[in-house]
Amino acid sequence: MIDEKFDAIVVGAGMSGNAAAYTLAKRGLKVLQLERGETAGSKNVQGAIMYAAMLEQIIPDFREDAPLERHIVEQRFWMMDDTSHTGMHYRSDDFNTDRPNRYTIIRAAFDKWFSRKVREAGATVLTETTVTELVYDIRGKVIGVKTDRRGGQVHADVVVLAEGVNGLLGTRAGFRQMPKPEMVALAVKEMHFLPQEVIESRFNLKGDEGCVVEAAGTFSRGMTGLAFLYTNKECVSVGLGCLVSDFARTMESPYELLESFKQHPSIRPLIAGSEVKEYAAHLIPEGGFKAIPQLYGDGWVVVGDAAQLNNAVHREGSNLAMTSGRLAAEAIFQVKSRKDPMIADNLKLYKKMLDDSFVVKDLKKYKDMPNLLHTNAQNFFLTYPQLVSKAAKTFVHVDGTPKIDKEKETSRSFIKARSRLGLIGDAVRLAMAWR
Amino acid sequence: MHIVVCIKQVPDSAQIRVHPVTNTIMRQGVPTIINPYDLFAIEEALRLRDAHGGSVTLVSMGPPNAEDTLRKALAFGADRAVLLTDRYFAGSDTLATSFALASAIAKIGATYGAPDIVFTGKQTIDGDTAQVGPGIAKRLGLLQLTYVSRIASVDPEARLIEVERRAEGGIQQLRTQLPCLVTMLEGSNTIRRGTMADALKAARAQVVIWTAAEAGIEELTKCGLRGSPTVVKRVFAPGSRAEKARMIDPGTSARDTADALLDAIFAAQGALEADVAAAQASL
Repeated sequence: MIDEKFDAIVVGAGMSGNAAAYTLAKRGLKVLQLERGETAGSKNVQGAIMYAAMLEQIIPDFREDAPLERHIVEQRFWMMDDTSHTGMHYRSDDFNTDRPNRYTIIRAAFDKWFSRKVREAGATVLTETTVTELVYDIRGKVIGVKTDRRGGQVHADVVVLAEGVNGLLGTRAGFRQMPKPEMVALAVKEMHFLPQEVIESRFNLKGDEGCVVEAAGTFSRGMTGLAFLYTNKECVSVGLGCLVSDFARTMESPYELLESFKQHPSIRPLIAGSEVKEYAAHLIPEGGFKAIPQLYGDGWVVVGDAAQLNNAVHREGSNLAMTSGRLAAEAIFQVKSRKDPMIADNLKLYKKMLDDSFVVKDLKKYKDMPNLLHTNAQNFFLTYPQLVSKAAKTFVHVDGTPKIDKEKETSRSFIKARSRLGLIGDAVRLAMAWR
Repeated sequence: MHIVVCIKQVPDSAQIRVHPVTNTIMRQGVPTIINPYDLFAIEEALRLRDAHGGSVTLVSMGPPNAEDTLRKALAFGADRAVLLTDRYFAGSDTLATSFALASAIAKIGATYGAPDIVFTGKQTIDGDTAQVGPGIAKRLGLLQLTYVSRIASVDPEARLIEVERRAEGGIQQLRTQLPCLVTMLEGSNTIRRGTMADALKAARAQVVIWTAAEAGIEELTKCGLRGSPTVVKRVFAPGSRAEKARMIDPGTSARDTADALLDAIFAAQGALEADVAAAQASL
């Protein structure tokens, strides 16, 4: 056992863990951060888009030295059937500012940078060290952790669980449940390397401008899922994810779906001639508001993916992670400043701060969305994309059919596929869930 | 006992790629590791320290980011680490490297006590020369024990060391006087996992960083590119083999299989058959 006692132990060096460890160390607390990977970031997987506003609140001048790939000037949403896509694009020169709002990043490089900042802030960062269990006092308060190293027990006033989506420690400790298959998505991703100028010409970009494509459609074969294509400096990240419960039901394999997505005529030319250098897979919490577990207890708080804080509708995760890490650290700092014990009654401040932030407000707004999309997957991810594609095709295809007949044909096809009542029901349910 | 271990940061050979046009190794983005042979040297040094007391000093020459490699090695439980880093060292071949490391070890000796044993790995996986260890021994006037597969015993009082050395055709048992330099063979031990206390100490340790001047090196012409007579004339990637493997029908007996194999070999290499026939005729 280590005799030295810490103010806080942070388990994990992802977005939430680094945000928490950095904020705690900056506030002058004695912090030990434990990461099982070889380096911070070696186990972390994300698409990845990073939202500047949330990082600015932690490291205001991050743009000076953080490894950022491209700032996003164009967002494309595509609804796809097997041979076409119907898209909505938003591109604006206003995104070319000194302080852009969104960047693509490569987590391996970004997390290494973030971890360096954590060390510079004064935290002690140990990698290749896995926390195996929590340590309690006789009253059941968490007072430290045990690790897989010899003599590996360390004590602290509070433990911040930033262990990621699987949450093995929290589950073992009974703070949360194993994620249910319908509450997590399995996403796979490939990094396709292409020369910088090829990426720029294919996506109509210059300098550090970036473009993002997000798509839903028949490629997910009726499962609840999304695909994406993000431009980095010298590579394009292509990936897709579907709910684990859907994969289990359909027996589809994720990499096969990704292969066929890459062969789609709208995608193939964008990545043609590239070299795949990396393949990664990751679980994403999709349960939303209703899946958020207990967030604090005697001697512990949970942040980031481990707390299921992920906005599936807006595909935001890392900013919720960073913000929850920062708020947990702020709450711990306040309790510590008052010289109060790190017990549930005091740490509930963290939940209050999180409830008041965009994190929980956003998740609350979409609390019914995961359930709706899950139970109506066939309609939203197979039937509607096909209908929309057909409608768009009918609209632009000129063959001498009177326009009034075309409109009738389109509405007939919608009604035939979903019935009048079904259409109204879907619209109402979607509107209610969006509210 | 004071034991010095020389280690090197090398690109992870499992993830290395060769640039298709220039044929040079693409180091960018390739993760670095501790030269795998050096891990056997580190473990052997730690075992001797644990058995006989004393301390283990790690030394490396490399770019500033080699500090991470040294810190990682410290987490196994070494006592201190010294990094030699200076632009004067850039482009060193084995002669210049052994000069710089020998100078640093002399300085380490003056600062932390004269080393009883200097360890290196058998060779590095990026240079594959196995010259730096012997080069250091020669410059420091140390007895050298190369390709050591086992350290049988060390007697610090009598200043004696007994080792097993892998040589062509067998194992040599050698005994010599301390101080000496040992280059360790692969597979001679298994690197330990540092304790929590070791890891904590390593995470907070200050790696000692020396420039050429701080390491006491005055003859800068013996360093880096200027001190390196080795010239890389050409780097090339071996072409991929055009031929595919051929399956041979094994036949029912060993003799049939051997005959079938010989037929296949001679069919592909006509000259070989003539050579073998000539050799048999001359017997």
